[in-house]
Amino acid sequence: MTSFWSDNLPKIGQMFAAIAIFLAVLAAIFFIAGRANGKKQRPIAIVVFLGPALVLLLFGLLGPAIRTLLLSFKGSASHTWVGFSNYHWLFTDPSMRIVLRNTIFWILFTPIITTGLGLFLAILLDRMRRESIAKSLIFMPMAVSFVGASIVWQFVYKYANPDQPQVGLLSTIAKHLGFEPSNWLLTQPLNTFLLMIVFVWSQTGFAMVILSAAIKAVPADIMEASALDGAHGWRLFRGVTFPMVRSTFIVVLATMVVSTLKLFDIVRASTGGNFGTSVLSNEMYSEVFIRYDAGRGSAMAIVLFLLVVPVLIYNIYNLRRERSIA
Amino acid sequence: MSILTRNKAPKLAEHNAGRKLFGSRGATITVWIIAVLWTIPTLGLFATSFRPKPDISASGWWQVLLHPHFTLANYSAIFSTGTVSGISNGILPYVVNSFVITIPAVIFPITIATMAAYCLAWVKFKGSDAVFYGIFALQIVPIQVALVPLLRLFTGGVHIGTITLVPALHIAGKFLGIWLPHTMFALPLAIYLLHNFISSLPRDLMEAANVDGASHFTVFRRIVLPLSIPAIAAFAIFQFLWVWNDLLVALTFTGGTEGINPLNAKLAGLAGTWGSHWELLTSSAFVTILVPLVVFFSLQRYFVRGLLAGSVK
Repeated sequence: MTSFWSDNLPKIGQMFAAIAIFLAVLAAIFFIAGRANGKKQRPIAIVVFLGPALVLLLFGLLGPAIRTLLLSFKGSASHTWVGFSNYHWLFTDPSMRIVLRNTIFWILFTPIITTGLGLFLAILLDRMRRESIAKSLIFMPMAVSFVGASIVWQFVYKYANPDQPQVGLLSTIAKHLGFEPSNWLLTQPLNTFLLMIVFVWSQTGFAMVILSAAIKAVPADIMEASALDGAHGWRLFRGVTFPMVRSTFIVVLATMVVSTLKLFDIVRASTGGNFGTSVLSNEMYSEVFIRYDAGRGSAMAIVLFLLVVPVLIYNIYNLRRERSIA
Repeated sequence: MSILTRNKAPKLAEHNAGRKLFGSRGATITVWIIAVLWTIPTLGLFATSFRPKPDISASGWWQVLLHPHFTLANYSAIFSTGTVSGISNGILPYVVNSFVITIPAVIFPITIATMAAYCLAWVKFKGSDAVFYGIFALQIVPIQVALVPLLRLFTGGVHIGTITLVPALHIAGKFLGIWLPHTMFALPLAIYLLHNFISSLPRDLMEAANVDGASHFTVFRRIVLPLSIPAIAAFAIFQFLWVWNDLLVALTFTGGTEGINPLNAKLAGLAGTWGSHWELLTSSAFVTILVPLVVFFSLQRYFVRGLLAGSVK
């Protein structure tokens, strides 16, 4: 125990010291800058308030993004310019073809399933009287890390040789139904879909909560008027409810597309990207930090970025529209 | 992430929306079936972590319902300070690392973002709208595009030819080297959400303060900060979960330094090395998800409000 404390107390001390220094520096700057008066006050305030954020964004995101673009046109050690050859490799290499195929599968299926299921649940919740416990249970996986989620799901997907007892839930169910359980996570392309289920499990609650709020915001009189006009069930949903929450639905969908693309943890923790399950974001990590090819890795990062550009444009378009209304 | 933003405020809770879509009882049953399905995997992990090692590979975890047989041995093993299956001091040091990484990585970006949000909302200047749109756009940029150059900045600085723009910071493998990326990556969303909130504060209040001759610093400290506590709290929970559960930033910026490796990243590694030690892996995994679960369930209300923060207008 002594060695534990001698190892770990300094870390905790370091944390408190860092926070104290950070706040002390801020307080000092506020004190000094607050004394300025007259014409200088405004520009000084702008620099003090906005400066730190802009510097961090410049060095943390904007600069690195530009540098990644440059690196993507260079060789593995970033010494020579290689033109588009990294991109050419990315789109023609046979092993990359599987990675791109999986990435496309992920974009095509997970956002729509997650958002659709979230909408379905939101509608049902609206119909329930006491919704809070069930809602919390479905929302709960949101708090579990993707790494934790992968381990949680290993108990569903676990497989043992036929001569040993099956302790995985899926294998056991399959056995009881009379199927021969297989090694689920090694079976292509089924394994990619099994990993998608982990994502859906984790993110549906998020979609549900947002869409539930949107449905609750639909004015009651609209619903009542449509009901009086004889709209029921599916027709009421298609004609009234869905159009009212459409914009929220699309925003949730776009968010899911972006988090699907950034997705790294589930694949990394479940299969490490082996057995034909890799996706762009995972392959990018392997390329840079395991195979030490910064050029190819950077090219993948840029492709990832290009894939989110449509969502980006859509979001900015929306924001501008909203601001002009407000 | 921009989802967090675009909702119309949920004002009218009392109404009949969707009333005619499904029968009330059918809806309740369906939701509960899904809720139970959603809980089963986590329950499996929880049950397994309390089972003796031989049982885990002998039968499925649901057998505990028929033959309850529990032990705390797995937990005492991972929390022991001896060497546990090749890991000295068990997982406790990694729990400490996770807290040491997460707490500053919540405080730093929120402070900086609140300041920036106040400036963009109330100290407008030429180009402040452009800056706001730029920051908004950065929300979506995958952090993958920043990883390699940022790591090189930490280890080698920035040079153009032979001119050194930024010297090597030598912070890779130190806590600062992981607080900083988390702070940077959190800023776009934090600024955007806090801007939405702060810009909706009453104009009269701000103007009255200005008339009284209060400086921007006084207004920020005395008015903006106290009034923004709900939005700050909501984002703090969000950021806490995000940093605690992060794997990519941790793997990239700890550079494999065991002394600063957070629990979640360690767990990802253990999933490989402890492949045969399910009793250790499940109990460690449960400890890893326990902290966010406690944060989540105790502060759920604020968390949901944070997700909907954009609608607070």
